[in-house]
Amino acid sequence: MVIDWQNFTPLASLAGGVVIGISAGLLAARSGRILGVSGFVSGFFEADKEWTARLALIAGLILAPLLIGTVHTLPSVVPDVGWTAVIAGGLLVGFGTRLASGCTSGHGVCGLSRLSLRSAVATGTFMASAIATVFVLRHLA
Amino acid sequence: MRPLFALFIGLLFGAGLALSGMTSPAKVQGFLDISGAWDPSLAFVMAGAIGIGLVLFRVARRRLPPPSHRIDPALVGGSVLFGVGWGLVGYCPGPALTALGSLDPKALTFVAAMLAGTVLQRFVASLRVPAGGLGRPAGDATANACGA
Repeated sequence: MVIDWQNFTPLASLAGGVVIGISAGLLAARSGRILGVSGFVSGFFEADKEWTARLALIAGLILAPLLIGTVHTLPSVVPDVGWTAVIAGGLLVGFGTRLASGCTSGHGVCGLSRLSLRSAVATGTFMASAIATVFVLRHLA
Repeated sequence: MRPLFALFIGLLFGAGLALSGMTSPAKVQGFLDISGAWDPSLAFVMAGAIGIGLVLFRVARRRLPPPSHRIDPALVGGSVLFGVGWGLVGYCPGPALTALGSLDPKALTFVAAMLAGTVLQRFVASLRVPAGGLGRPAGDATANACGA
């Protein structure tokens, strides 16, 4: 195993992780909600009354990096892959996260923080499958 | 959930994602590439988020239904598919949404495809494929449902 020291950012990543944990914990404590992005998105296709709140949360997600970007240079958010991968990847992420009732935020952050076995299995599975996918792409293909 | 509070949570969550490096597909793929030049940074994101999360979710536990421990084929199958998409592009749902502000055509296309995948799963689930198939009933309120 070779560590990529050049791109290694332990402190910024740890700090960012703490901020993510605080946002999820605050939402749970105040609203009794799991901060799960795939679930918030899927809520748009349900007849619920929280359309405005969902939209406001997503607006915050989009605005945050734009605001930070005015004072601090952020790495590129553009994926360096072809169009087929972009479309296939989007379909798989949308379909898979809903089938599994959660993604990196709902299962990975909230579920693991709640010591849910279900979320631990989901997180272990999608991490393993993502690692296998990158291995095939970079080292076999 | 008041809209103003939701906006605040979105801003905080988005700031955390951006600071942590999760919004960079290159960094995500660098983390997932354990047999190449491995960038372990994102393990620190998980450690930070779950470290504080263990405390805050303990405080919040009366406000939430008890966590589910049910393991079923939909959970595992869905997670496998999600992982393939995540590895392929480097976007999971949160960072994909934060990338919308860049107005980059690939970010916009990914989110459109992700929405299509969401709708497709709901459609398949509505067909009620027998247990073990691709379908999870659309209204299934799993206790740990993302955003339940």
